Order: sequence, then C-alpha cells, then structure tokens
Amino acid sequence: MTTTAPAEAAVQQNPSGAAHPGPRRRPGRIRRIGLPYLLLLPALLLELLVHLVPMVIGIVMSFKELTQFYIRDWGTAPSSGLDNYRVSVDFDAPVGEALLHSFLVTVAFTLLSVGLCWLLGTAAALYLQDTFRGRGLLRALFLIPYALPVYAAVITWVFMFQHDNGLVNHVLHDQLHLTDKPSFWLIGDNSFWALLTVSVWKGWPFAFLIVMAGLQNIPGELYEAAALDGAGMWQQIRRITLPSLRPVNQVLLLVLFLWTFNDFNTPFVLFGKSAPEAADLISVHIYQASFVTWNFGTGSAMSVLLLLFLLVVTGLYLLLTSRGRKPADV
Amino acid sequence: MRRTRAAAAGAVTVSLMTLVTACGGGSSTSGGSNDSPKTLTYWSSNQGASIEVDKKVLQPELDKFEKQTGIKVKVEVVPWSDLLNRILTATTSGQGPDVLNIGNTWSASLQATGALLPWDAKNFAAIGGKDRFVDSALGSTGAEGQDPAAVPLYSMAYALYYNKEIFADAGITEPPATWDELIADGKKIQAKGKSALGAEGSNLSENIHHVFVFAQQHGGDFFTADGKPDFTNDNVVAAVKQYVDLMAKDKVIPTGDAEYAQNQSVSDFAKGNQAMLLWQSAAANLTSQGMSEDKYGIAPVPVQSGTPGGGTQVNSAVMGINLAVFKNTDNIDGARKFVKFMTGDAEQKILNTAYSSIPPVKSVQAESVFSAGPNKVLKDTLATSAAALPQVADESQFETAVGTAVKDLFADAAAGRAVTTDSVKAALEKAQQQMPAK
Repeated sequence: MTTTAPAEAAVQQNPSGAAHPGPRRRPGRIRRIGLPYLLLLPALLLELLVHLVPMVIGIVMSFKELTQFYIRDWGTAPSSGLDNYRVSVDFDAPVGEALLHSFLVTVAFTLLSVGLCWLLGTAAALYLQDTFRGRGLLRALFLIPYALPVYAAVITWVFMFQHDNGLVNHVLHDQLHLTDKPSFWLIGDNSFWALLTVSVWKGWPFAFLIVMAGLQNIPGELYEAAALDGAGMWQQIRRITLPSLRPVNQVLLLVLFLWTFNDFNTPFVLFGKSAPEAADLISVHIYQASFVTWNFGTGSAMSVLLLLFLLVVTGLYLLLTSRGRKPADV
Repeated sequence: MRRTRAAAAGAVTVSLMTLVTACGGGSSTSGGSNDSPKTLTYWSSNQGASIEVDKKVLQPELDKFEKQTGIKVKVEVVPWSDLLNRILTATTSGQGPDVLNIGNTWSASLQATGALLPWDAKNFAAIGGKDRFVDSALGSTGAEGQDPAAVPLYSMAYALYYNKEIFADAGITEPPATWDELIADGKKIQAKGKSALGAEGSNLSENIHHVFVFAQQHGGDFFTADGKPDFTNDNVVAAVKQYVDLMAKDKVIPTGDAEYAQNQSVSDFAKGNQAMLLWQSAAANLTSQGMSEDKYGIAPVPVQSGTPGGGTQVNSAVMGINLAVFKNTDNIDGARKFVKFMTGDAEQKILNTAYSSIPPVKSVQAESVFSAGPNKVLKDTLATSAAALPQVADESQFETAVGTAVKDLFADAAAGRAVTTDSVKAALEKAQQQMPAK
C-alpha cells in the first residue's frame, strides 16, 4: 500500500491543476504496470521460440525410436515409451555403462576445473586489489584467455599438445627432462589432464573478473578496522573478504559449474567427435549418441536425464546456500 | 540475497535450456519442384589440398554450366569433417542444397533417410544412362536391390606410395608386394634413420578403410549377409590386430602417428621424412606440398601373399565421391542437368585430372591419361582388386564405432600397452554393442 502513496501525491500535484477522477487514472496505472511486461514481451517470445519450443520437441523425441530412418520427418517415428530412458540408465549394458563412465568423468572434471578456476581467479583478484605500477596491464593480460575466440584458443592448445612437435612435450621432456619420453596428450589417459588444463586456462579469467568486481564493493574501512585490531592478511581474507564475497561466489560457482559441466567446444575441438575414454565428457558423449551414432531418441533421453540431474543439483545448491540468510533479505 | 538467488536462477534456466534444445529438430517437406529454375546450390566435398584450391578448380566449370544452361550454381566447399553433419542437419531441416557430394561409403546410410533422390531408370536416362558408369563405382551408390541414391563422380583407390630415394638408400629395388616384405623393408629403412610407414591413427575413416581391406584379405567381413554387425569374428579380429600390429609389434608405423588425424602422415611423406604411405589418389596433394612426381613411385597396397591385383586379392576399398540430389530441391530439372554436366565426358576428364582421381565413366576412364603412370595402378586396382564397403544403412555408425576401436588400440600401442587378440576382440565387442539395436 505504501507504494501507491507517492503516485497519488504526484497526481494531486499535477501542474495542470485539474483534478483527475478515479476512473481516468486507471489507464495510466495499467500502462505503467503493463509497460515492463510489454518491454519484456519480445524477449519472452524469443525465449519461447529459441529455447522452450525446441526443448519440448527434444523431450518428445526422447520418447521416440528416432534413427536415420525417421530423421527426415521425425514426427512419424514410432513411440518407444520409456525404452530410451531404460537403455540410458541400464548401467550393466553397454550404452548405460558408457553413459555412467562419461558422467563420472564429467563430475571429476567439473569439480577440478571449477575449483581451480575459482582458486586462481580469486588469488589473482586479491593480488591485483592493491594499486601498484603495471596493475592495469596485468588485469588486461589476465583477461586475454577470456577474450579469445574459443576455437582459435583451443586449436592453439591442440598444436601445443602434439606428441612430436608440441610445445608442451618440448618443455617438459626436452628442456626440463621431467618425463622419460614425450607423452601423448591428445590420446590415452593423459587426455584428461590436457582437457583440464585448457578448461582452467579458459575459465579462470571469468572467475577473476567476477571476484574483482565483488572486491570493489567491500568497504576499505573494514580492513582498516581489522588491521587496527591486529588482524593479519589471512585473517582479513578469511573474516572479511570471503564472507563479503559470498553472494558473488554463489553465482560465480554455479555459473562455472553449469558452463563446465555442459562444455562442448573445448573437448570437441581438442579431440574431435570421438574423445578418448579418459576425457569422454558427457556433452560430447550425448552428441555422439545423437549425431554420430544417429540414435536421436536415446540422445534426447540422455539430455533430459542430464537436465534433471543439473536441476536437482542446482536446486539443492540454491537451497543450501540461501539457508540462514533470509533475515538479511527483508 | 534475493537478487543473488534471482541471478542464479536466471543463469540456471538459460544454461539448462540449451541442454535439451540441442536435440530439438524439425521435419522437412518432400518432393522436388521447379520453383527456382535459374539457380542451384551445390555442396562440394573438399577434394583438393584446400578449400581455395577446390574453388579455383570448380568455378570455371560452374561458369561453363551457367553459360550452357543459364542456371547459376552457387558452390560451397564443405570440409570432410563437417560434411556428414551438414547433410544430416539439412535432411532434418529440409533446408539443404539442391545437389551435393557424398562420400560413396555413406550412400546406403544416407539413402535410409529418404532425403536423396533415387536414381531410377528415368533419372539415369536423363544423364545418359546407367551403363555409362563402371560397375565397381555403381557398387557404392546405395543398398543392393534399391535404386541408387547417388551417381558416381570421382573414383579412388588406395595404393602404396613410396619414396624412391629412401628406397634406393636402403638398398630396396622393388616396392613390397606382401606385408611381410613391407615389414622387412621397413626395418632396412629404419636402419637408415627414416620412418617406414605413415598412418592416421586418430582418423576414424582412414582406420575403417584399412581394416576393411585387411579383413577382406583374411576372408572376413564386418557384417553378416543379412546386414547384422559381426565385428568379433576371428577373421575380423585377426585383420584389425594385423593392422594395429604394424605399430604395436612390427613397429614400422611410428607411435607418434597414433594421434594423427589431419593428414600429417601425408606431410611427413611429402617432406621426405617417411618412406611409405598408404593413401588414395594422393598425387595432387603431394604436388601441392612440394613433392614432384618423379620423387615417388606408386604400387598396389601389399597383400598377405602372392601377387596383388589378381582378382582374388583385395587391396583397396572402392573409394570415391558420389553426386546426390536432395529430393526436395526447388530445381529438379536443373539438378538433373547439373549431374549430367558434371558426369559428362568433358567435365569428367577435367575434374578427375585436377583431383588425380579416376573417372567412374567408362568412356573417359579408357582415355590414355588415366591409363598411364600412377593412374594405371589406381585404375587397375579399381578394376580388379577393390571391394565396396558394406552397403548397409548403419555404415556411418560402423565407421564411427570400429574406427574409434582402432583409434583406441593405436593409443594403447603408442602408450606401450600390449595389443593382444583378446584386447582387440574386447574393443570390437564394445564397438558392436554401440551399434543401433535392430
């Protein structure tokens, strides 16, 4: 009710001096209230067309026996009931077993990548918090991986990871003598570490950018007071910086988690359509099921399952991270 | 805090929506028309050393076609790595080109989608008749018992390319005719500090082409007579093991080649670092990389024993490119005219010369330019000792599943892990289980 009072006061102070009767004020209010929704309408329509409609189609496809025989007119594909889901979660059979393996690889990869991105980003942001000569240059340099086109950046890594002529083996083997013989990075077990390296290299500048923005909002007085009380650097980080960054980190970690879990470009450019088993991320795995093996129904079912998993995880995450903070919201 | 939650919820919504939308699609219309009689779009596969080279080869010919018919052809050269997916997307959306190149091994798989114009008697008559084409090329245009889904455009075969100078330095006077001879020659070449044989261990299609030939030489097949996958029969297992053993046991293929997938082995050969290469129609590619034709010789791919090319000894798959028409083209008459033009005698000679391939058209194949030098080996191979890859609807999935199994086995060999009959059988068993259930 309090929100309407200023509006009424404004009406009474109309420069024309004419008193507006009640019914004539209503269209103006409707316009005012409706305007934001009107402005949102194009975005909502686009969202509907670009995301919601294909999403519903994807869900429908997951209940169909959709192979190359029906792809031209997928609506005619016979219904498969829950078969695509059964096949996907039958972990004793080859399709389900491969999906589970891919899922576990993705979980390990995501946890490591997000953790390292956050750690590096936070450390760099804290380091660049104080003003010093060359800080601007360093900030710009740190953002380069974030600014580069993904394809160009990852292809460069492919060259660097090559067995015979790659820079990585040249440094690790030829110069530092850390390995007995040049390693394979793009095939075999090491491919996981190659993928992780590129992912962290690509992802940490985003964490750096967001944490740096968050740090700007922490009042300097807090640090001054803490310093007067004798708090050291670690105590200040633990007691002031990290708690103050909590809301920022909540969004940052969630976004990094979702992006990394669904990352398709990095593994696809690094390894092509057939990733090594050790680096078989779920996004490429589903792509393979759908567009390489031409099992579009099973691929759709896998996508829906992954969507449900991520919805549950993020729901839980949001629930847990918001617990105990409600009084501050009011 | 509310704002945080709202931002987080927004991020979740947008990020997750992209997951399921990835599998969305549409349907397409069917039946060609003549709504746009003056234009055609053509997807050409990348045949030359680069897309630019292809455009230079094709554009003058397309201009010629426009002059003859008044139909403008807009060409797009599509890299191999993208072509199958692009075709699949076009099939789903119905928004594809009018005419397109397909790999001949995909013919039956793409035929199963129903998106390609069947080449029945009437359509063949419009381009001069089916009899103009050689039988081996027609064998890779679709499933047996059905009208072909495409028309042969360029034919290719695998051959053994060898560096004359490296062979002479190692005291080898003749190219190897059998695998045992190749391994023995390889040891002599390695003793001189050169790499013996190149391979593209991470290229799924290359893997398939080679293991298919090895399987044929062992008397095995990847599919049963009724089209069911049979990847674990003894002959196929022995064939795959023999191919991977060239790296794992015989060590004539360097371990570094296990991660090759971008034709690096061709570059190694062109640079003179490697003595032998198993490749299809490599001449134009080698020339573009600075290796003149007098530097290398060309021989049939080795066989298990005896003389290759004798009719019973398969030493290549029937390779090549077919020309297909999308059924829902807006210029069906123009598309037929274009196929007739591209498979006509004059264009066949020009294009196959440019791409160092063999014309699938009988009258052109008989010309002397395709019966001498390197072309003779390729032509003879196609005529006497090449076999078509399985023309089954699941061929494309087979290439991925078995090609990946061989890639993983090469990775094992490169890492120094043992490649045994059991490990080969297990990899092929896994590949077979990944094939679509019937």
